[in-house]
Amino acid sequence: MSLLHLAILSPFLLAIAVPILYKHIRSVHTGWFVLGLPVILFTYFFRFLSATQNGETVAESFAWIPSLNVSFDVYVDGLGLLFALLITGIGSLVVLYSIFYLQKEKERLGSFYTFLLLFMGAMLGVVLSDNLIVLYTFWEFTSLSSFLLIGYWHHRERSRYGAQKSMLITVLGGLAMLGGFVLLYIMGGTFSIRELIGQADSLFEHPLFTPALLLVLLGAFTKSAQFPFHIWLPDAMEAPTPVSAYLHSATMVKAGIYLVARMSPIFAESGVWLWLIASFGIATLFWGSFSAVKQTDLKGILAFSTVSQLGLIMSLLGVGAAALHYESIGENVYMVATVAAVFHLINHATFKGTLFMVVGIIDHETGTRDIRKLGGLMAFMPITFTIAVIGAFSMAGLPPFNGFLSKEMFFTGMVNVLNMDIFNLDAWGILFPVLAWIGSIFTFVYSMIVVFKVFGGKHQPDKLERTPHEAPLGMLISPVILASLVIIFGIFPNLLSGTLIEPAVASIIPSLLDGEFHVHIGFWHGFTPELFMTIGVIAIGILLYLTVPRWKKVYYALPEAWSLNRLYDKTIELAERASIWVTRLFMTGFIRSYLVYIFLFFIISLGFTLYWQDAFKLDTDNTAPIRMYELILAIIIAIGSVAILFVKSRLTSIILLGAVGYTVSLFYVLFRAPDLALTQLIIETISVALFLLCFYHLPKINLKEERMTFKLNNALISLGVGVIIALIALSAHSNKLFDSIASFYLENSYKEAGGKNVVNVILVDFRGLDTMFEITVLGIAAIGIYSLIKLRMTRGREADENK
Amino acid sequence: MEILMAIVIGILFTTATYLMLSKSILRIIVGTGLLSHGAHLLILTMGGLKRGAVPLLGEHAEAYVDPLPQALILTAIVISFGVTSLFLVLAYRTYQELGTDNMDHLRGNEANE
Repeated sequence: MSLLHLAILSPFLLAIAVPILYKHIRSVHTGWFVLGLPVILFTYFFRFLSATQNGETVAESFAWIPSLNVSFDVYVDGLGLLFALLITGIGSLVVLYSIFYLQKEKERLGSFYTFLLLFMGAMLGVVLSDNLIVLYTFWEFTSLSSFLLIGYWHHRERSRYGAQKSMLITVLGGLAMLGGFVLLYIMGGTFSIRELIGQADSLFEHPLFTPALLLVLLGAFTKSAQFPFHIWLPDAMEAPTPVSAYLHSATMVKAGIYLVARMSPIFAESGVWLWLIASFGIATLFWGSFSAVKQTDLKGILAFSTVSQLGLIMSLLGVGAAALHYESIGENVYMVATVAAVFHLINHATFKGTLFMVVGIIDHETGTRDIRKLGGLMAFMPITFTIAVIGAFSMAGLPPFNGFLSKEMFFTGMVNVLNMDIFNLDAWGILFPVLAWIGSIFTFVYSMIVVFKVFGGKHQPDKLERTPHEAPLGMLISPVILASLVIIFGIFPNLLSGTLIEPAVASIIPSLLDGEFHVHIGFWHGFTPELFMTIGVIAIGILLYLTVPRWKKVYYALPEAWSLNRLYDKTIELAERASIWVTRLFMTGFIRSYLVYIFLFFIISLGFTLYWQDAFKLDTDNTAPIRMYELILAIIIAIGSVAILFVKSRLTSIILLGAVGYTVSLFYVLFRAPDLALTQLIIETISVALFLLCFYHLPKINLKEERMTFKLNNALISLGVGVIIALIALSAHSNKLFDSIASFYLENSYKEAGGKNVVNVILVDFRGLDTMFEITVLGIAAIGIYSLIKLRMTRGREADENK
Repeated sequence: MEILMAIVIGILFTTATYLMLSKSILRIIVGTGLLSHGAHLLILTMGGLKRGAVPLLGEHAEAYVDPLPQALILTAIVISFGVTSLFLVLAYRTYQELGTDNMDHLRGNEANE
């Protein structure tokens, strides 16, 4: 176990200590104890930068379950490090922010920070694991801790609903992903991602390749809220705002992005991978930005905005996968898509974190997040307003913020789709730049709504619970830091290109890179189509923003009943009702129904086996002759048992049962079994006496005796059972394979055991154990009968009995 | 003889099954009684019904019948008797407590639905 392992596990270890600290040190906000760890981890991971910059990687191994090829292998390369820095860096800022956001006196801080640390550790594990099973373990840990955090205010119904929904959807994807990983193991014989990448060419030939690809993608799409699995993300906004900022904008939702980027070297050989990711990404981008404009809740807008931006990154990763299909780097225009994806990933984490914290501040200071109630806050909250402008303009893609640069590169990537000559695309390719462009217009519109509907316009003091004022300093630190990063990355983008972006791109497209590749993000690149697209976005965006009330009717064109949320709710409801219906269908509560199932299964399985194995055989060679006595007894038994079915009185049926029993004992006499005859005679007598006892105690009301009504189904089933038994008896007898071992007992009964009655010697000597437990059975039955009669636990009932 | 016995056993199983599918507890127990008779005869028949002396060595016969199925049946008779008598007392107590012998009335309460 190395220091790197310890770094990943340290949040889990601290999570154990948090409740103790919370309980015993009440005077200090628990968040302060937590804050140190992500800061330390951030500086620790920062030191890896120089290594990854030179193309080096760090790998550590720790055996976990060696017999199953599962070992806790960690691996730091450009991509993993980028994510680790995001997780720890934004983690520190979020913890700092939450210290001022959550009140010490009112909230269960112990649980909050335990869940948050669990999440942080799990996320670090996801991005640094090399072993697929370990990755999956941490992956499910993120789902679980996210579930706990969304349901943090568990007394609210919406929180519980949101938590359940996100759990169901992400765990569905997680399980699919596990299936994909297992398929990868079957194909490649290893769980190590690096080793799998090494054999990517041979994996592509394997028939299981496409199923594995689809399953892994399902996991990535559900986690990263891609269309149509994005529906859990808006409902996850019930979580406290620091959680939304951390999990649902900067880190967890990017786990799917990470998975796609990480698996690209394995899967990108296939056109299915490329087109699925690109088209789902672009659809998500469009749908997310289109839906965001409709929202009235600030967090709702940001949730759909996150969905849309994740779609953007996803589509870039899809298009970037095309780079693998070209040999030379010089003319490789698709690389720019991958670079843009990584760059926008960083940018999105910065500006979306900022915006969520801003919304948290507004909520905290005014008591509402509804844009219809807010307005004119610019005068009250100048600092918050400035931060919001920086975040939102960057999100809209305006210069000089970092969002502008990545959006330009995004357009470049999408326009390049038009030139793609691999995989037949024809006219569909034009959809990519067009949808990207329309999506960006809507992005511009909702970004403006976030800023100007909240901070501009008229102040409406009567609609607010509190008089708004500037937030406390502590709450502003984190968004200010993030907003400055937005500007710094915007003005000096090449700070990132060498340090973070190049190593990350090198991990996504390893085969193409051997040192000659360099990213340079220029702020100005001449009058390119992308620039005109951006100008178009701004122009049409302003126009649309000013006329929002006029065209908002579009959103009601599609009825509510058609929404994906409704589909999800109905599916859950239908699944519940269907399972209740199916269970009620066969669990009737009547013992007769269950007996019918058992008998039917007996008939069908045995009958089918007899037929299928051609097992029925009738051999008359080995049979004993039929004598008159036995024939008569057989007829008596047959008549007696059939007669029981037809008699009216229960008394007669008991007597008939007795008659059958005595005839059976006569059979024993004829077949040379004196001990059996004796026992049968006595036991039959006692049984009949017991039956008569029961008969005597029948309730008076039911004494009206009636013949059994004939039921055809029952008759057919019982006939089936009888026939099957008879057939099996006949074929078993006709197939005798070897002789009995009876000769041993007959020879040794006197010699070894000193008894001449062989049956009795077998019972008490050769096979005495059977007899001992048969005695036990009788003893238990006797005790059972005694307690049935004597024990009366329900004392309250006794009064009823006396009535 | 074995073929005849197989038919008799088949009849016993048929009637037993039919009785077990009826509504009255008493008839169900009568059915189990017939079922155990059928099973015992089946064991005896499968052991072979060849002629021979009673398995008592004092007989000094050339051939004896197989003693092993007899021992098995003897055990089975005693066990089925124990179970049957427990069932009967259970039925008797059911009559006493619940006042019915109709299986249709003895469904569990549906309070938890």
